[in-house]
Amino acid sequence: MRMRWFVWLLVGLAAAAFGLFAYQLSRPKDDFVHSAMIGQAIPSFDLPPAVADRPGLSSRDLADGRPKLLNVFASWCVPCRAEAPQLAALEASGANIVAVAIRDRPGDVAAFLAAYGNPFSRIGKDDISAVQLSIGSSGVPETFVIDGRGVIRYQHIGDVRDRDVPVLLEELRKAGA
Amino acid sequence: MGGFLAMLLLLGLSLPLAAQDLLPPAPYAYRQLDDPALEARAQALMETLRCLKCQSQSIADSDAPMAGDMRHQVRTRIAAGEDPEAVRTWLIQRYGDYVSYKPAISATTWPLFALPVLLLAVVALILWRRLGRAK
Amino acid sequence: MIAEIGLAALWLAAALAGLQLLAGILGMRQGGGEMAALVRPAAAVQALLCALAFGALLLVFARTDLSVALVAQNSHSAKPFVFKLAGAWGNHEGSMLLWVTVMSLAGGLIAAVERRLPERTMRATLAAQAFVGLGFYAFLLFSSNPFERLDPAPVEGLGLNPLLQDLGLAFHPPTLYFGYVGLSVAFSFAVGALLTRQVTPEFARVMRPWVLGAWIFLTLGITAGSYWAYYELGWGGWWFWDPVENASLMPWLAATALLHSASVLAARDALRAWTILLGVVAFSMSMVGTFLVRSGILTSVHAFAVDPERGAFILALLALYVGGALVLFATRAGSIAEGERFSVLSREGALVVNNVALSAILAIVLLGTLYPLLTEAFDVRVSVGPPYFNPVGAIFFVPMLLVLAVGPLLRWRRDRFARVQRPVIAAAVVALAALAGVWLVAGIGLLPLLGMGLAAGLAVASVMPLRGRSLRRLPLAAWGMVVAHFGVAVALFGMAADSAFTTERLVAARVGESAEVGPWRVTLAAVDPVAGPNWTALEGRLLASYRGGAASELDPQARSFWTPPQQTSESALLTRWNGQLYTVLGGEADGGRWQLRLWWKPFVTWIWYGGMLIALGGLLALVGRVAADLKRRTARARGAERRAEAAA
Repeated sequence: MRMRWFVWLLVGLAAAAFGLFAYQLSRPKDDFVHSAMIGQAIPSFDLPPAVADRPGLSSRDLADGRPKLLNVFASWCVPCRAEAPQLAALEASGANIVAVAIRDRPGDVAAFLAAYGNPFSRIGKDDISAVQLSIGSSGVPETFVIDGRGVIRYQHIGDVRDRDVPVLLEELRKAGA
Repeated sequence: MGGFLAMLLLLGLSLPLAAQDLLPPAPYAYRQLDDPALEARAQALMETLRCLKCQSQSIADSDAPMAGDMRHQVRTRIAAGEDPEAVRTWLIQRYGDYVSYKPAISATTWPLFALPVLLLAVVALILWRRLGRAK
Repeated sequence: MIAEIGLAALWLAAALAGLQLLAGILGMRQGGGEMAALVRPAAAVQALLCALAFGALLLVFARTDLSVALVAQNSHSAKPFVFKLAGAWGNHEGSMLLWVTVMSLAGGLIAAVERRLPERTMRATLAAQAFVGLGFYAFLLFSSNPFERLDPAPVEGLGLNPLLQDLGLAFHPPTLYFGYVGLSVAFSFAVGALLTRQVTPEFARVMRPWVLGAWIFLTLGITAGSYWAYYELGWGGWWFWDPVENASLMPWLAATALLHSASVLAARDALRAWTILLGVVAFSMSMVGTFLVRSGILTSVHAFAVDPERGAFILALLALYVGGALVLFATRAGSIAEGERFSVLSREGALVVNNVALSAILAIVLLGTLYPLLTEAFDVRVSVGPPYFNPVGAIFFVPMLLVLAVGPLLRWRRDRFARVQRPVIAAAVVALAALAGVWLVAGIGLLPLLGMGLAAGLAVASVMPLRGRSLRRLPLAAWGMVVAHFGVAVALFGMAADSAFTTERLVAARVGESAEVGPWRVTLAAVDPVAGPNWTALEGRLLASYRGGAASELDPQARSFWTPPQQTSESALLTRWNGQLYTVLGGEADGGRWQLRLWWKPFVTWIWYGGMLIALGGLLALVGRVAADLKRRTARARGAERRAEAAA
């Protein structure tokens, strides 16, 4: 009976669909959009300084032979304040952290750094998120590991927590090897 | 009292109510290209690109600052002569297929395109069997 | 106190559903017994109790009783009264209570008035309805209690999403739910017919008006939702193939196919298996939809309570009901014998094509909606949107429309093309003329072009069945068909025109400056602050003149709510017969300029007029059939009386 065979097929498809739903329910929802640029060279850019006491950031600075951490942040971003101690810890462990300030006024950036500390050696001013878009970052804060040749090696989305510090240091070490 | 409150809140309107930036939108976030043909191509492309900070909207339908920045990129690139599909590819290279509402035929999406073909075959079969021999 | 009464009523209703189930099962087996006779009363009382529970919820929202957790989370004393009421269903728990209320009302109404089916089948149907209802009662009572108390009661509520403080959206959920959940009767009828092996033309005739009723509401709900999204979201989009939009469309597609299939079964005793399957699928799509919206596994603007635990509960219900019904169908499929034969060129033939096309579109929408979920299981993220759904849907929609133009003209069982030649050629000529005309005048894309041509042809074809018939004596159901099909043409024309001819202007204007969009000239006269009950806004005063005529005023607003803090844009629209001027006030740009977004959207309102015509057609058909059936019953009763008198 053709109809019966077809309905059993529907039963099977329905069961497969429910299985898929159950599987997806059981996994934690990952709402982050990951960059597809991991393993690619960072696109060329040249950003002016965001504050008076730090130089700006260009792609040449990221290809100077030494691996770096690139932190994408903004003064209006609340979790960025939370990760200040962890960034300080990373800097204290010898990491060279450069930053891109997204859609930020110099006065606000300066106030933010004065309040929460300044672990950055360079800060670029990205007023229209051009660099953020070009590296596949979709929010703040995010931290990237860039190796000495300017290749993006690792992306951490969200603020850096205590448990992320050793991970980032390890990725930095692998990038330098 | 009501008037004063309104005034106060009016001033408050120029400040963000949630954690948002204070800078103005990118130049081409809300400005159309001068050439209507280019603008039409840009608009058609923007309607098929996903806003990454929204739940489910295209960048043509969103007021999020990042959507505005993406619109700026699309418009400036198309004005510079790039093909819309090249701009789409540029974004997919950054964010993966997720950013495009137009699924490309690939190893991960072939079932999407196989199904309509399969359905056409099934429909043809059903109609032929049901209507063909019953006279 | 009221909340406790509501909760008690809900528990009692659930208990009655259990009684209804038990009585129905017993009634199926024996065919008699005192327990079995309780089925109908149980369904009726269950409906009353559930309505009481919902009334209690409305009352606590009306009074802003903050000791009820749901009110504290979703309401605010400053909210306008009508939105306080709407807040009752504008959240997960309240809308689930609305769900069971509609289910119980539908079951109660059937129990009270439906007498045409064999009693055994009715009991099986009501038992199925109770079985499904019990699952949702359990979900409510154990996992989503709307009457939970908060101790101590907060001083003020958390307010409702400002986007929901809108009349259109306030009444969109109930309308949709009467449709969505009303389809549960189709499910129950199908299961009842399967259980008692009563898949007959009479079964189709009985089911049809109930499905029509639900379908009318669903059509209206989708139309209203589309119009709401259009004017509220500020960009003039009316359909995005968003997962939640699709969740309402899929039951509609199945229900439309079901209506047409039931017509064939009723008239010609054919398409039995199709009709049963569509009855099961329609409500299954409703349940799948509610799962997708409430479980949080799909990203959407509309997503409700994002809670995996609740999602798991609904998934279990889904597996039980959908899986159970399909297995039942598979095991009983053999007993549904093949129906009458018919030829290709016949009304049945056209309706088979209609069935198959709608089912194919349903399958495509389902796969497209679920596909991102499937790839995510493999850690790949994709997006499927209008660039996929529009062309792929068109592959099946276009042939379906062609058949729709001819189908209503065909006779049952077998027809000759020569008989319908004239009207078909007339419609084809109109379609091609429209196509050529539009193509010559404006260079537009293929799909909109096809849409406009097909719409013109369909508009002519849909009134062709009136040709040569006495209009005054035409049955209301036939009028319903004509109006509904004409509505499809109108809506299609609106969609195609909007897609092809919309013009957009984004300007940064100073007060006093003007901009042109299409045939309009729009001047920014002023920007003033205004205040509302729970919001403040910047209101733009625009003066718009059409082709140099008198100016009309439009007042778009950029509104800011304070509980919860959110900004919305209230667009201002100016409607003419041939389209809408759509204006939005954006933010302030430098130099004292204001962002203005202006659209001229030709014929866009025809989309929703078309939707309303489709619903009207359904209403005419429903009224016509119910009236005809009542007339038949009273005539039969009178005839039986007379025979009894004559025999005495």
